[in-house]
Amino acid sequence: MIASDPAGFFLLLAAMTLVVYLTRAGGFWLIGRVTIGRRLQKILEALPGAVIAATIAPILLHGGPAALLALVAAAVAMLIVRNDFAAVVAGVAVAAAARAAGL
Amino acid sequence: MTTPSPPPWTLDGFREGAWTILPLMPGLAAFAMAFGTVAVRKGFHLVDALAMSATVYAGVAQLVVLETWPDRLTPPVIGGIVLVTALISSRFLLIGASLRPWLGAQPAAKMYPALFFLVEPNWLMSMRYRAAGGRDPAYLLGGGVVIYIVWVAATAAGYGLGVSIGDPHAFGLDLVMPAFFVAMLISLWRGARASVGWLIGGAAAVATDYLFGGMWYLIVGALAGSVAGGFIDDRK
Repeated sequence: MIASDPAGFFLLLAAMTLVVYLTRAGGFWLIGRVTIGRRLQKILEALPGAVIAATIAPILLHGGPAALLALVAAAVAMLIVRNDFAAVVAGVAVAAAARAAGL
Repeated sequence: MTTPSPPPWTLDGFREGAWTILPLMPGLAAFAMAFGTVAVRKGFHLVDALAMSATVYAGVAQLVVLETWPDRLTPPVIGGIVLVTALISSRFLLIGASLRPWLGAQPAAKMYPALFFLVEPNWLMSMRYRAAGGRDPAYLLGGGVVIYIVWVAATAAGYGLGVSIGDPHAFGLDLVMPAFFVAMLISLWRGARASVGWLIGGAAAVATDYLFGGMWYLIVGALAGSVAGGFIDDRK
């Protein structure tokens, strides 16, 4: 890309970098312009769970039985061991096993 | 609204943030290697792939853009790619906003560079850290810097291995991030009532995905879930 079309590739990278950085910094900046009342504070506090739910719900629905089993395994591991790494290992291992079994 | 002096950025906080993110790094490395592998297939040189990972530094956006990589980079094509990138990254607007109550009093000269390293894993870790009483902003940066280094290094590793890595899907590596998210969700559990917002966010994401496809479901689900959760939460 840099070799064959340096100008185009550079322009693309610069534009992508700028856009992604503007989203990273922009939300932080914008909300600093307003007073954060109690309700807005609660909405922001609810955001982590909402982002996660929005990311995994379609996976649960479309990912097939392997993905479903994997995420249940991750949840169970987390509940028992209370360790992020154990949960990720359990999820990935169950997904690999389920897919190897043809699920 | 008077915060006398904002908590200082300490090396200890940085280390703690870096240390707690480490368990996730094998999975993140696999994700970055997948990007490197696809980059080979799309005719990228190593320096192209590294440049993209080091500047854009946004996993989902990079993979989506690469999967639909055009033959020629004409201005309209570049514009389209940038729009897709903006849509996928729009959730960072919300994520960044959620840091304001905690980090709003921090000096801009430190915050705005640090926000370059903002991604979901270190954000989620930091929100948990904050909920447990942590205050040091360097925690967020520590996690972000580790993720950045692993992201760029593993892009190179994936590129080097090329197509020989096999099918990441067969090893369940596509579920690393979702499994981590599930683990985080359990950390965030505060009773059934507070999690109604999660159900609404999930349902909104599924409906948006069904109706519109593309990547709209991320931002719509996040917005719907947080607004619903914020209105349901009646604690002091």
